Amino acid sequence: MRAVLLVLLLAAALAGCTDRRDDVAVSAAPRPTGDRAYGDTLIRALAANISGLIPNIVGDKYSHDAVALVYNGLITHDKDTNIVPDLAESWDLAADCRELTFRLRKNARWHDGRAFTADDVVFTYQLMSHPKTPSPYKDDFEDVTSVEALDPYTVRVRYKSSYANALMIWGQSMLPKHLLESYMLAGKLKEAPQNFTTPVGTGPYKFHEIRAGEKIVLVANPDYYAGRPYISRIVYRIIPSQATIFLELKAKGIDQADLTALQYQRQTDYPAFKSAYNKFRYADKVYNYLGLNHTDRRFADKRVRQAFAHAINKRDLIEGVRFGMAREATGPYKHGTWVYNPNVRTYPYDPARARKLLAEAGWTTKNAEGLLVKDGQPFTFELLISQGSDEGKKIAEIIQSQLRDVGVGVELRVLEWAALLKEHIKKHRFAAAAMAWSTGLDPDQYSIWHSSQTGPDEFNFVSYKNPEVDGLLERGRRTCRQSERKRVYDRLQEIFAEEQPLVFLYFRDTMPAVAARVQGIVPGPIGIDYNMYEWYVPKQLQLYMSE
Amino acid sequence: MLWYALRRLVLALPLLVGITFISFAVIHLAPGEPVDVTGGTMNTKSSAQARQLLREMYGLDQPIAVQYWNWLGRIARLDFGRSFAPDGRPVLHKIGERLPVTLMLNIVELLIIVALAIPIGMASATRQYSVFDKVTTVFVFVGFATPDFWLALLLMILFGVELGWLPISGLRSLNWEYMSGWRQHWDFVSHLVLPILVATFGGLAGFSRYMRQSMLEVIRQDYIQSARAKGLSERVVIGKHALRNAMLPLVTILGLSLPGLIGGSVIVESIFAIPGMGQLMVQAVFERDYPVIMGNLVVVAVLTLVANLLADVAYGLVDPRIRLGGRGRR
Repeated sequence: MRAVLLVLLLAAALAGCTDRRDDVAVSAAPRPTGDRAYGDTLIRALAANISGLIPNIVGDKYSHDAVALVYNGLITHDKDTNIVPDLAESWDLAADCRELTFRLRKNARWHDGRAFTADDVVFTYQLMSHPKTPSPYKDDFEDVTSVEALDPYTVRVRYKSSYANALMIWGQSMLPKHLLESYMLAGKLKEAPQNFTTPVGTGPYKFHEIRAGEKIVLVANPDYYAGRPYISRIVYRIIPSQATIFLELKAKGIDQADLTALQYQRQTDYPAFKSAYNKFRYADKVYNYLGLNHTDRRFADKRVRQAFAHAINKRDLIEGVRFGMAREATGPYKHGTWVYNPNVRTYPYDPARARKLLAEAGWTTKNAEGLLVKDGQPFTFELLISQGSDEGKKIAEIIQSQLRDVGVGVELRVLEWAALLKEHIKKHRFAAAAMAWSTGLDPDQYSIWHSSQTGPDEFNFVSYKNPEVDGLLERGRRTCRQSERKRVYDRLQEIFAEEQPLVFLYFRDTMPAVAARVQGIVPGPIGIDYNMYEWYVPKQLQLYMSE
Repeated sequence: MLWYALRRLVLALPLLVGITFISFAVIHLAPGEPVDVTGGTMNTKSSAQARQLLREMYGLDQPIAVQYWNWLGRIARLDFGRSFAPDGRPVLHKIGERLPVTLMLNIVELLIIVALAIPIGMASATRQYSVFDKVTTVFVFVGFATPDFWLALLLMILFGVELGWLPISGLRSLNWEYMSGWRQHWDFVSHLVLPILVATFGGLAGFSRYMRQSMLEVIRQDYIQSARAKGLSERVVIGKHALRNAMLPLVTILGLSLPGLIGGSVIVESIFAIPGMGQLMVQAVFERDYPVIMGNLVVVAVLTLVANLLADVAYGLVDPRIRLGGRGRR
């Protein structure tokens, strides 16, 4: 407890350093600025090796990051997460959302010079739905019944039924038919050279070179439909150790890296770092939670879950674990998005209230050790955490001490990630687990909350069942008007806040640092990378010679 | 001698099959499967059917015995298969592009260790309990007890961040392609200084202690007494008569450390961002990339067996007693 308090005080002392707006914050000293200019190289770090270069068939974040600038979808998202045109210039969505017509840009070209046309869109759909394509995103296209090219620059998509994600799924990277069709038909997409040495897309940067385990180099695409990007080269260096990434950043060996909360608050607050880098901060899409298994009789009672929500001091957690770099979660949607509902029940830290709720649930007497007892059984349970997650471990320790204050005993058990999932989570053999969910841009979370998704290989592993929630989830994914969906998800958040199907803890922040010479960065709720092709370094500040 | 080597080689085959079978079983028993990574275990967008499709593609829906038999059949034809990772590249390519770096790093490291450990061990033994002996003893034990990653980070902070003399990580500078030939070599070498320093520091302790111990035993032997009695100079006694005999145990240890040459050091490679075998293997294990793990294991197992054999043969060559013993079928 003393340690937590100390951290609190320190964090409070440091809180003055950043200029915090509502959702994004920039911490930067005034700098010389200059005109937009072409040239220079931006060096970024990737924390793991790349597993493939066709994003449609790889599931890991790093591979996606590395080629994000090589490909385009038909649509993309702006800084406020709204859907905006990308390769499609405009579209018409039928009133029932079962028909969608895209008009494509006429000036988009593949990196090998071929024009991008409607045939490529049809091909990308065929590829995603082909039985031999091993893609983690296949289900997105399940509701599509047909994709036709009406002319080279018009595509019509039809859906089985009204589908909320009708437009959103077209953010998927478009792939070149002329290069990949034969590999798709043979079921050998993974073996296509485009997947490990020479990816071809339509994006602002062309793929230049990959050295396995060492680096990936992208160069500016002079024929990009929106104009040549300013920064000439982007290099991704593969550095598996977070500590090394940070040292490279300090030694100016790389220009951009995500900071940990500790690094952001304590280790980068000296003048030399501040003048060399701008620090950014925005809410990540990941939230941490305490998952309680509803098939355990004790946790099936919502009063117990509510009591836990009151007993856990989320402020302590955020200060102690994240040095203040997170926000309390009221439900599974992050602040600042259109779907977020701020008017829901909240759970301020209130141990007395927690004890009262537990007493209502029948936990009235205490044994010699101070643990609550019901039917002769003391209230203790095992909390599972993943090995290697320092964050998970700290969260679990704080929860352990705070639940002990209200008479609940928690034993911590650390397990390897794969073992935790396979042996416990998926088989529903656990009482509680401290984990995190990463949320998508669309609010549909059917697979996490619907009562039909409680099978052994499915994601509602806490076995949460609520008929009203089921109905709302079904309506939410079948409704395509945002105003109507907003009502559905507002209600859903009210129920979640009331029932605490998971004890929601916090949404963490992401804190990138970027070399100060790089300008044109406009942080938003979506992050900073969305407009990388517009970043530039004024001529007099350029560091690396290009070409 | 040749006959002996051949017999050992034939006996090694069933041993190899046994090793691979046990490894195969253990890896498949470990929780988690490659599908988790490609399909994302906790990726809410990938359905159970999508994961089942992947399982069938990889043949993971078959019983382990069948999977092993199929794998063994392919290995017999020297087909190591393709990686399960989404890049789907042949396992041998993956190993091939990683092996040279690791091999070079480890050979340099081993040479430095041996070159330092032998004189240190000899000097400590001949001057047992002297100040030099005590200082080196403390020094090598500090080296032995220092965690690699900690030492690595300290050196990186000192030489990379504070002084700026050496690069922090990687193998080459980003502008390597634009350097002149001489600069390219220097750039490469400067990237290797810290990793080799760290790896050597940790490895020195064992070898120098073995050397000291072995030397201590030898110089107490009667033939050393007689050599001295003959009036030979101390340099000849120690440098020629004692050293050759004291080297024997070291040959065995060197032989056993040969497979380690390709294994690569996970910690050193990860911290210094060196794309070597250690990194490849660790990533393969995390991703449950069975073909890469097994490919790696086969290569290491073969090398271990060959190294053992070489060590035995070499032993016979340096030590006449063993050669005679072999012929007499002890």
